[in-house]
Amino acid sequence: MSFFYNKLIGGKEGLTGLILLALLILVVFPLTLDLFRLNLVGKYLTYAFPAVSLVLLWGYGGILSLGQGVFFGLGGYGMAMFLKLEASSPENTAIQSTPGIPDFMDWNQLTELPWFWEPFNSFAFTILAILIIPAAFAYIIGAAMFKRRVGGVYFAIITQVIAVILTILIVGQQGYTGGINGITDLRTLNGWDMTSDSAKYIFYFINCALLLCIVLLSRFILTSKFGSLLLAIRDKEDRVRFSGYDVSNFKIFIYCFAALISAIGGAMFTLQVGFMSPSFVGIVPSIEMVIFAAIGGRMSLIGAIYGTLLVNFGKTAFSETFPELWLFLMGGLFISVVMLFPNGLAGLWNDYKHHLTNRFAFITKRFKSQKTLTRPTNAESESLS
Amino acid sequence: MMTKHNPFRCARTTLMTLVASVSVSLALTANAASLPTAEINTTGLAITDDTVTVGILHSLTGTMAISETGAQEAEKLAIKQINDMGGILGRKIEIIQEDGASDWPTFAEKSRKLLVRDKVAAVFGCWTSASRKAALPVFEKENGLLYYPTFYEGLEQSKNVIYTGQEATQQILDGLNWVAKEKKAKTYYLIGSDYIWPRTSMKIARKHIENVLGGKVVGEQYKPLGDTQFGSVINKIRLKKPDVIYAAVVGGSNVAWFKQLKAAGITSKKQTLLTISVTEDEVLGIGGENLEGFYSIMKYFQSQDNENNKAFVAAFKEMWGEDSVIGDVTQAAYLGPWLWKAAVEKAGSFDVDKVVEASETGEIELTTAPEGYVKLHPNHHLWSVARVGRWNKDGQATVVYESELIEPDPFPAGYQ
Repeated sequence: MSFFYNKLIGGKEGLTGLILLALLILVVFPLTLDLFRLNLVGKYLTYAFPAVSLVLLWGYGGILSLGQGVFFGLGGYGMAMFLKLEASSPENTAIQSTPGIPDFMDWNQLTELPWFWEPFNSFAFTILAILIIPAAFAYIIGAAMFKRRVGGVYFAIITQVIAVILTILIVGQQGYTGGINGITDLRTLNGWDMTSDSAKYIFYFINCALLLCIVLLSRFILTSKFGSLLLAIRDKEDRVRFSGYDVSNFKIFIYCFAALISAIGGAMFTLQVGFMSPSFVGIVPSIEMVIFAAIGGRMSLIGAIYGTLLVNFGKTAFSETFPELWLFLMGGLFISVVMLFPNGLAGLWNDYKHHLTNRFAFITKRFKSQKTLTRPTNAESESLS
Repeated sequence: MMTKHNPFRCARTTLMTLVASVSVSLALTANAASLPTAEINTTGLAITDDTVTVGILHSLTGTMAISETGAQEAEKLAIKQINDMGGILGRKIEIIQEDGASDWPTFAEKSRKLLVRDKVAAVFGCWTSASRKAALPVFEKENGLLYYPTFYEGLEQSKNVIYTGQEATQQILDGLNWVAKEKKAKTYYLIGSDYIWPRTSMKIARKHIENVLGGKVVGEQYKPLGDTQFGSVINKIRLKKPDVIYAAVVGGSNVAWFKQLKAAGITSKKQTLLTISVTEDEVLGIGGENLEGFYSIMKYFQSQDNENNKAFVAAFKEMWGEDSVIGDVTQAAYLGPWLWKAAVEKAGSFDVDKVVEASETGEIELTTAPEGYVKLHPNHHLWSVARVGRWNKDGQATVVYESELIEPDPFPAGYQ
């Protein structure tokens, strides 16, 4: 038991953080926010998947990927293709010249479903594709890069280029992909109305559960021997190589795993938002994901989630309140976080937690069993409420 | 109400009571708020006894901001003018503005916010097809009402959208007829940006050229959005020597496209060029001198000489500055609040279903539109006129051709 407690949860420290996070997203948000806001939080939490993947990849592995949007997009598009085929039944599309194919194909003079769309009629295939295709794609990129010892800034640039290429491909091949509009108007999942209120709650909780599982899994990886090696590779790659390890395989593995996590986020995004478009694939969303991780603290899995929430809450709140100058406020937020807390929100928490613990030591002693509950919420959860 | 609480109990005063209650109800009718809010708003929209709230949803930031600014300015102008006239059903219009940020998912998020949280009675907004496509499911799910101002590809007709711009056939067919007749054009070179609107427009244009005009398309090419390298296209055009270049290049690419044409010596002296994507707004960026003598097909030009338009241009400049220019979409956006006002007044209610029903009667019309006269077709699009404008150095166009009113046909048979 203690093995799993230490490995999976990350000990007492990890447990506290995890319980606080779970309380926040599973109890506090659903109870205090109306469905509209909760749906927005659900959307933000899908961005937390790539942010968590960047903690593994960048924070621990030292591999800065500026193209996590690619995998987020692949996952999202996989799900969107399945949903679009379901929405394009011959009855629903009777008005088209070729009924039974997605509307954008009809507009682009396609008369039959392209072969690579066919398998997406199957839900099981779609789920597998969402998990396998991004990971396989990451394997190809990873193998090509890491085996040749391409790293650092060169790798970052190449991932960025891949994001651009994929965007251009999607936009350019609009007959097959929906182009710049994306794949829109997705309403049902196996006949079940995705836009209903109950569906929104269900997706939200599935999303939270998946995210927490991924945090656990990631922590398991980081606390294992592999995690130590990852850190070692980040800090002194050559020394690890001279010790007889094949560095590239470790890097490929973590890159594939990060791709997989991002893809799950993308699929959940499509389910909750109801469409997918190339604006999630390119450079801007990919860099935003890095910002989420940086604001949250790139060494903290849970911090990345708070970072994602904080940035997106800020975006929504500022743009609703000051539609004309919200971008300046966002810029101000980024600059102040980087200037004041270079290690992100997680760094802030680590710096101040012993002050807080000392101050509350009295209470802690008396209500030891309730420690986790009485602990004052930290900066990020305050700003969220 | 009065009779229930009337203090007179004697039979003798029944007559007096009657007179009193009649006069009270007369007085109420004369009052602006004669229509109780509960009656004109049965679906819980944000309407009080003296205000009604609407949303404006355009990009204020990002790449589309430059295009969408004019539209939201025009909508605010129309709303201000309506308020100055006493509002709608005795209620002043209040605006909640949201920023779509040139990002399609944000349009969906903000639409949901406006409809679910703010309960706005109508939304004026969106510009690109992509943003409309993203917001559309939200409007249909929440039963909102969107007034969409941009000329677009058609192939859509939603109960919850009123399209105040022209659909593709309204813009394309008459312009091609004109160029075939006036310029004796036989060969056409089609060039556009690569997304749904240019592709659909070119599809319609090609069918019209080949099947109706008996002409020939000698080239058809699409460039990625934002592309600025037109050298290879220009070389092909030189080789093919088309009678007409038919262009639907959008956004920043436009500037490069026209400058490179001029640099390659392809000017209006030797070449006829007809575009469906350049309005006064784009000319600001391209520069009138690079466009001089080329033609645009639109439904509105700022230079249009009629009393409605003179008043509109003057009011727009007074509100937004002497330097403002007004393009086709800006004018179409200006129509939105007025069309909504007409439909609400006809319906006698702000309920979306009733406003839509009133809009579908085919009787909603505006005689005060800057573009002239417009009428709302039961298919949610406007009857409109196609105009060909010849660009001058100063960035304004001279209207050289005006069609009759054209019926909107978002699903044109024979062109799909």
